[in-house]
Parts: sequence; C-alpha cells; structure tokens
Amino acid sequence: MITESFAEGNSWIHGIDPRLRVLWASVFAVVVAVSYAFSALFIALSLSLIMALSARLDFQAVVRRLLAPVIFLILLWAVLPWSYEGDALTAWGPVIITRQGVTLCAQITLKTVSLMVAFMALVATMTVDTLGHTLNRLRLPDKMVHMILITYRYLFVIEQEYQRLVRAMKIRNFQPKTNLHSYRTYAYLVGMLFVRASERARRVHCAMICRGFNGRFVSLRVFPPQSRNYLFSLVFTLFLALLVTLEWVK
Amino acid sequence: MSPVIFNLSKIRYGYPGGPLVLNDLDFHLHAGDRIGLVAPNGSGKTTLFHIIMGLIKPLSGTVEAFGEVREAEADFVEVRRRIGLLFQDADDQLFSPTVLEDVAFGPLNLGKSRDEAVAVARKTLDFLGLNGFEDRVTYKLSGGEKRLVSLATVLAMEPEVLLLDEPSTGLDSSTKDKLIDILNGLALSFVLISHEFDFLSKTAGHIYTMDDGRIRFDQELHIHTHEHAHLMGRQPHRHV
Ligand SMILES: Nc1ncnc2c1ncn2[C@@H]1O[C@H](COP(=O)(O)OP(=O)(O)OP(=O)(O)O)[C@@H](O)[C@H]1O
Ligand SMILES: [Mg+2]
Repeated sequence: MITESFAEGNSWIHGIDPRLRVLWASVFAVVVAVSYAFSALFIALSLSLIMALSARLDFQAVVRRLLAPVIFLILLWAVLPWSYEGDALTAWGPVIITRQGVTLCAQITLKTVSLMVAFMALVATMTVDTLGHTLNRLRLPDKMVHMILITYRYLFVIEQEYQRLVRAMKIRNFQPKTNLHSYRTYAYLVGMLFVRASERARRVHCAMICRGFNGRFVSLRVFPPQSRNYLFSLVFTLFLALLVTLEWVK
Repeated sequence: MSPVIFNLSKIRYGYPGGPLVLNDLDFHLHAGDRIGLVAPNGSGKTTLFHIIMGLIKPLSGTVEAFGEVREAEADFVEVRRRIGLLFQDADDQLFSPTVLEDVAFGPLNLGKSRDEAVAVARKTLDFLGLNGFEDRVTYKLSGGEKRLVSLATVLAMEPEVLLLDEPSTGLDSSTKDKLIDILNGLALSFVLISHEFDFLSKTAGHIYTMDDGRIRFDQELHIHTHEHAHLMGRQPHRHV
C-alpha cells in the first residue's frame, strides 16, 4: 500500500499552520543551499534533527527514506575526492585525495541530509491534499494544484486496480518465471492498468461535470491562527539568523 | 397533468464499433414520477442515464429537458444542476480526498460561499446518518460507505430529480432499509435502476423494463414472486 506514515502523527509540528511550514522549509532550503561554513551547516543539521524529533518521526522510516540520497552521496564520495583539483591531503599511490574535494563532499552531504530531514519533518507531515490546498493558498497556479490533488486521489485508485489485477492473477496460480507466458502476462498487466486508468479518468471527468465543475477547485480548508504559529516562526527566524551570521559574518 | 421533466424521443445510440444499445427509445418522466427500471445486464440502462445527463450524445433522436431541447454541451449545464446522477461505481463519483470536501464540491460549483457549502454538506451527511464522516478519507471507505457518501454528494446539490444507478448494490439489509426510508422521505421524482425486486417494490411507483434497446411501458412488471434467503426462512412469514 501507498502510505503517508509521517502525516498521521499529532505532534506540535503537525499542528502548525501548513502554510508556515511550507514557507519556512523553503526559506531554510535556500539558506542551507548557499551556506558553506561548517559551523552553519552543523547548526542546520541539528535544527533538522530537532524538528524530526519534535515531529516524533519514526526513526527507521526516516532512515529508509534517506537511502536514495545516500546512494547518490556514496557515488560523490567515490568520485569527487580524487577528481577535484586542489591541495593534496593524502596520496594512495598515484591517486591524490584533495582537501577541497573532501570538503566539498562533506558540505554536500551535510546539506542533503539536513534538507531531507527538514522536509520530512515540516512538509511530509501533512497529507498531500493539505499540501495541495496549502500551495493553493500560497498562490501557486491552479492547474498545478489540481494536478497534485487529482494525481494523489487516483494514485490510490490505480494502486487498487493494480492490486486487484495482481490478485486476479494470483488466485489463478500465476507464478512469475523467465518465460514468454510470464512476460506476456506482465505486459497485459501494464496495458490493462493504463487502459483502466484512462477509462477511469474519463468517468471521473463525467462525474465532475455532473456536479457543475467548471475548471476551478475551491479549497475548503481554513487554518485558524494560533499563538504557536508565531512562536514557531520566531524560533525559526532566530535559527536562520544564526545560520546567516555564522556563514557571512566571520 | 404534472409538468414533463424530460422527454427522450427516438434515441439511438451504440458505442463506437459496437451494435446499437439504444434503438428508437422513447422515455419521459413527469414531476412526481418514481420509476423503477429493471433489465438484464448490458441492456443499456447506464447508457440511457448518461444520455439524459448529456455525458454521451445520441446518434439520433432528441433529448428534451425542462421544456427545452438539449443538444450542445452548454444546454446540459442546467440539466446537470437540476438532475442528480448517482453513478453505478462509487469510485467514479468520489474524487476529493476527504468526504466533506467531496460533498461540498457540488454546492461550491453552484456558487455557494464556503460556509454555505460546508453547512449544506454537513446537513446532507446528517440527513443520511453519516455524521462523523466529514474528515474520513474517501478512498479508505468501505464499499457501502462509498455508496452512501456518493448519494450525499448528489443530494447536496439539491436536485429536483434523481437518476440512481443501482443504489442498493452492496448495501446490507439494514442500510438498504435506511435507503428505502430516505428515498420515500424525499419529495423528489426519480428513476431507479436495480436488480432487486424487493427494493424496487418498496420505493418505485412503476416498474419498467428494457428490451431490444427500448423501454417497455406496455407491459409493466407486477411483482408476485420472490426468492431470497433469510433467517427463519422456513417458517411462514410475511413481507410488508
Ligand atoms: N464505455 C463503453 N465502451 C464500449 N461499449 C460499452 C461501454 N459501456 C458499455 N458498453 C456496452 O454497451 C452495452 C450497454 O451497457 P450499459 O452499461 O448501459 O448496460 P447496463 O444495462 O447498465 O448493464 P448493467 O446492469 O450490467 O449495469 C453493453 O453491451 C456494454 O458492453
Ligand atoms: Mg449499468
């Protein structure tokens, strides 16, 4: 099943106005992206970790989601240190490891992990539909928000269709092997999924126009103002000010 | 005679590359009519509903609704506002993430303010006994719950006429009884497709069938036999 495990918690982070969370996560991303001072980057990482802890994210789930970027980082570490020009740190035979290469790798690693964790804590803790409506409130183009909402809703339908097809295959004892029959069956599966999805899309459009849809979604959500929203913004501003100071005032 | 809501005449329709599904079909509905439609699978009942709503266009014949001939897409906007269609598959009907948003979707499109739309949505959910469903996620509802929420989305638009495509399928007997009470309590005209005679006989005033792509009025079905299973079925019992 497709799940939104992070969105189901109810920590204080979950209670913060989603618009503020998206906004601050974006500002944080910009600041971290242009920072190179290690002091600033370590503060950023600790801020992310504090937020992940406050959102009470499941540690294992966080690690699992970090897996993809970690693979990318490993590749960087395998290539950059010896291919980047600079002062030699050590030499392994003909291969020279440069100080600048290692530094760059370390910076990229810190940035990636802080940003990933921060987005998990701030943005992944809202359901996709809340995110869609939030972007709507933040004046993103209507079309984009619709795409997110509809894709989200029908991702589950298509996944259910997929499960249904797979079940239909299983109860008739289909066992995948490396033969033509298996390949053909998988091809049918994929083909059916596309056909069903597009048929579904057509019928949903019918249902929408039956209910007077004329191209505009109106969002129902209101986010009541709360004092902790201000507190959250205040703390975040202080942290970001600290990051900026460490980075640029040396 | 009460006013005519819609009047179909000489409707022909066949899906691309297929045989004619509706063949010179005539059908009309007066205000206050409550019609049950029972016909074999694949006889074109769903297709008929989609023609009435303007979702598919007949190859020939005319669709007249609320006193005007409806042809272009724009003609059907008013029809869709005044006639509510309950889809055969509830998954087609529900597309918003949460129940409240889905039910409020129609009223919002009709130009109601956010507060009004939410109020109508809550009132409709209450009326169907679905209090507490507001924040449920639509794709996580059970089949029967989806049916009732779909009905709520249709009723929230406050239509004058309902087209119900197998509303009782997948409902347990107590929910079915509730639906019968709801339908009988509404002062609406409707056409109701169902394969369950029991359900039809308790809700519809007339029961028609379809045959050869046409509606049969001449030979109204009279219900005299039924077969079913229930507890104590062997004991003498009566149905009311
Ligand atoms: N999207 C489609 N494309 C092609 N043919 C279709 C399509 N939908 C229905 N048909 C065909 O049109 C005929 C009538 O279908 P329709 O869905 O109207 O039947 P129905 O009376 O509603 O049946 P049921 O009781 O099973 O719901 C069927 O023979 C069906 O195969
Ligand atoms: Mg049908």
